[in-house]
Amino acid sequence: MEPFQRLDAVALPMPRPNIDTDQITPARFLHKPRSDNHGAYLFHDVRRGPDGGMDPDFVLNRPDYAEAKVIVAEHNFACGSSRENAVWGLYDHGFRAAIAPSFGDIFSSNALKNGLLPVRLPEDVVAGLLAQLQDQPGARVQVDLEAQTVTLPDGSVHRFEIDPFARHCLLNGIDELDYTRTLSPEIDAFMNRYGHENR
Amino acid sequence: MSERAEPRTLFEKIWDRHRILEREDGQVLLFVDRNLIHDGSAPAFEALRQRGLKPRAPERMLGTPDHYMPTDVRRVEEIADAERRGMVEALARDTAEHGITAFGLEDPRRGIVHVIGPEQGFSQPGMVIVCPDSHTSTHGALGALAFGVGMTETTHVLATQTLWQRKPKTMRITVDGRLGAGVTAKDVILAIIARIGTAGATGHVVEYAGPAIRGLSMEGRLTLCNMSIEAGARAGMIAPDDTTFAYLAGRPYAPQGHQWEAALDRWRALPSDPDAIFDAEVTLDGSAIAPMVTWGTSPEDALPIDGAVPDPAASSSADRREAMRRALAYMGLTPGMPLEAVPVDRVFIGSCTNGRIEDLRAAAAVAEGRRVAPQVTAWVVPGSGLVKAQAEAEGLHRIFLDAGFEWREAGCSMCLGTNGEIAAPGERCASTSNRNFVGRQGPGARTHLMGPAMAAAAAVTGHLTDVRRLMAGG
Ligand code: SF4
Repeated sequence: MEPFQRLDAVALPMPRPNIDTDQITPARFLHKPRSDNHGAYLFHDVRRGPDGGMDPDFVLNRPDYAEAKVIVAEHNFACGSSRENAVWGLYDHGFRAAIAPSFGDIFSSNALKNGLLPVRLPEDVVAGLLAQLQDQPGARVQVDLEAQTVTLPDGSVHRFEIDPFARHCLLNGIDELDYTRTLSPEIDAFMNRYGHENR
Repeated sequence: MSERAEPRTLFEKIWDRHRILEREDGQVLLFVDRNLIHDGSAPAFEALRQRGLKPRAPERMLGTPDHYMPTDVRRVEEIADAERRGMVEALARDTAEHGITAFGLEDPRRGIVHVIGPEQGFSQPGMVIVCPDSHTSTHGALGALAFGVGMTETTHVLATQTLWQRKPKTMRITVDGRLGAGVTAKDVILAIIARIGTAGATGHVVEYAGPAIRGLSMEGRLTLCNMSIEAGARAGMIAPDDTTFAYLAGRPYAPQGHQWEAALDRWRALPSDPDAIFDAEVTLDGSAIAPMVTWGTSPEDALPIDGAVPDPAASSSADRREAMRRALAYMGLTPGMPLEAVPVDRVFIGSCTNGRIEDLRAAAAVAEGRRVAPQVTAWVVPGSGLVKAQAEAEGLHRIFLDAGFEWREAGCSMCLGTNGEIAAPGERCASTSNRNFVGRQGPGARTHLMGPAMAAAAAVTGHLTDVRRLMAGG
C-alpha cells in the first residue's frame, strides 16, 4: 500500500447524500480484475447521458476537476455493498481522500486498506466546504494525516478523528496482513483453546 | 458478598468469546468461525497466491457460485459469456486447490451463499461469520455475529482466520405487538428502515427483539436480518431460541448427538442478559405495520401500500426535496398518485432476502388460480437448489407455471444482474430483493421493493397491489 501523509489537491464537490456503491461502480464491472484501470468504471452510468455519451454537466466530467484527488459528499457516502471495486474506482481515477459527514461502514474499512483516506467532518463543516467548492471550481484543500487536519479553501483548519491503528498503517504504508502474521503464535494458541471449548 | 458479572448483550457475549487480543488503541483481533465465499471471491485468492500463502483453516470455509451464473443453465459449459464462466470456474479451481468445500453448479445443494449457510446448518448461533458480501448480516438471524467484508479483509481472513475490528456500538430495535394478517418480515424491515433511515444504524450492531420478532419463523428472521445493512448496520442479530434450535436440528453441518446437546447448552446462554444496556434503543408497534413498498431509489423511501407517491414540496428540508425530486424523476412517478395505481412490467421473486421456501409458499398462495397480467414478465428464482427441490415436491412450481411465471434455477439473478439478467431501461420491476438503488437492476431500470406475496399480487394484477385484498378473495 502506498503511504499517505499529506495531500494538497483539487477537491471535487458531489453535494448529495446516500451516494451508493452501485452508482460508484455499477455491478456489471465487478468481475474485472484488480489489474484493470477501475477509474474507467467510476460513476460509469451516472456520468453518462441517456444516449450513452458523457454528460458534460456531471461534475466528474468537468475540466475544472481533471486533477481532483479529493471527493466531497454529503452523509452516508458509499453506502451499500461491500464491493472493494468502489474504492478501486476512486483510487484509480486519482482520488486519495474522501470527505463526508459519514460513510458506509464497509467502504470505510475497504478504503483504509487501499490507501484512500476517508475523512469524517461535522455536517456543517462539510456543507461549508461544498459551498466553497461550488463557488470556486477547482479550489484546493489540504489534508494532513499526521496532524489529522483538513484546511479548507477559506483557510479554516478542521481536525478529524481516525482510528490510530489505521492511521499508523496508512502513514507508513504498512500492510495489515504482514503485521497480523507476526502474531501467529497468539492465534495458534487461541485456536487450540477455542477448538477444545467447542467440542 | 458474591460478585455479579456485568450484564452483557448477545453481541458482547459473542465478541468477548472471539477476542484473541486487544491492542492499546482498542483494535481487537477477532477470531472468525466461518468464512463463506462465492464466485466473486477470486481476487482474494489471487492476492493470497501473490504472497505465497495458503488458507489457514479451509474446513471453516464454504463456497458456492451464485452471482455470475445465469439462472437458465445447469452446467458450467452452458454459460455463454466467457467472463462469467470464468468467475464460476475460478471458484471451483480456488476451492479445489485449497481443499475448501464448494457446492458447484452441478451440485443440488448450491445456491445463494446466504441461503445455503443457514440451510446447511453451517451458520450457527454464537459464531462470527464473514463473507465478501454485505448481506452476510442474514446469518445473524441464527444468533451469530455475521457481517460483510471487502476483498482485502477476505484475504486477511483466508490467511489468518482473523480480522481486526473496533468494537461497534449496539442498538436494540424492539417490535412490540402482533403483526397483522398479510404483514411479513419484509414489511417489518422496510418499516424500520423508513423510520430510522439508511444511515440510521451506521456503526451499530442491531439486535432485533420484542414479541413480533420472537413470533417470526426462521425464514422471516433471515429476511429481517438480511436487510440490516440497508439500515446502515454493521450486522443484525436475533437471540437464538427454540425456533432457532428446531430449525438447525438435523441439518448436515449442525452438531449431532452429544455434540448437539453441548452446543444447545452453549447457545441457551447467548441471549442478552435482562438488564444489558444498549447504546441506542428504537421501538416500533408491530400491529401498526402495513404491507410496504418502496417508491424511490433508496430503501428508506418506503410507504404502506395503501398510501400515495409523496410530494417533495411537503418536505421541510431543501436537500430532502431535491433528493425526492431526483428519485421521482428516475422512477417516473408523479406526487399524489396512489401507489396501487403504479403499473409494473417485471416481477422478480427471489434473492437472499426472499428466496426461501416460505417465501415461495407465500407467493404461490397468491398466484394459485390466477394468471400473470399479459404485459408482465414474472420470474421466480429459488434461493438454492434445495429450496427449488422442496418447492417442486410441494407442487409450487406447477402453480407458478400454470399462472404464467417463469420457474428458474437458483441464483442471485435480477437482484444484482451480474449474471446478465437485468431489466431494460425504463422498465418497472416489483422485486423481493433488497436494493432499489439507481441502476441496481440494470441501467435505467426502476425497482419497487416488497415482500413475496405482494410481488405475486403485482404480477397477477399488473400493478402494485395491496395483497390483503387478494387474500380476502377479491
Ligand atoms: S441475492 Fe442479491 S443481495 Fe443476495 S447475495 Fe445475491 S446479489 Fe447479493
